[in-house]
Amino acid sequence: MVAPQDIKGWIEAGLPGSSVQCEGDGSHFEAVIISPDFDGKSLVQKHQMVYAALGDKMDEAIHALSMKTLTPSEAAQLNIHQE
Amino acid sequence: MSIQDTIREQVTENPVMLYMKGSPDFPQCGFSGKAVQILQAVGADFNSVDVLRDNEIREGIKQFSNWPTIPQLYINGEFVGGSDIMMELYQNGELQKLVDAVKS
Repeated sequence: MVAPQDIKGWIEAGLPGSSVQCEGDGSHFEAVIISPDFDGKSLVQKHQMVYAALGDKMDEAIHALSMKTLTPSEAAQLNIHQE
Repeated sequence: MSIQDTIREQVTENPVMLYMKGSPDFPQCGFSGKAVQILQAVGADFNSVDVLRDNEIREGIKQFSNWPTIPQLYINGEFVGGSDIMMELYQNGELQKLVDAVKS
């Protein structure tokens, strides 16, 4: 069974410099991903970057992942702190 | 015709097109259900494809926009996003504009 910590690890490994908070119940997950590389990208591009970081995990291990993608400055405005 | 051509034709011929699991009346997944509710909230006149009834489309649509999940929304042939992006665009008013632009 996939744990939220696994997803955090996979995304952070595939998106160097990112910081991920993830919650979930083993099949449905919610993640907040903060990365400086999101700057200037469209929403679709940001989500594609996260999916690319997860690779085939998206097909095999993760049934559903809801995500919010933020740049560090957007995260600061929302008062979400990087770990 | 390849499956990619079939999808291109579908998203071109249907100004607002949702690829989903199940039907608008009976969505088979919470995310697809949420996508339908958002489209209804902005008064969109949309068509949908149930990917659970066609495995070729289900796999093909993932390649089509380099997007591994369902639902997927297309407006005027352009990929808009999945349910998270739809919700974000709904909340900031952008989705209403996109839908209104194809109404007239």
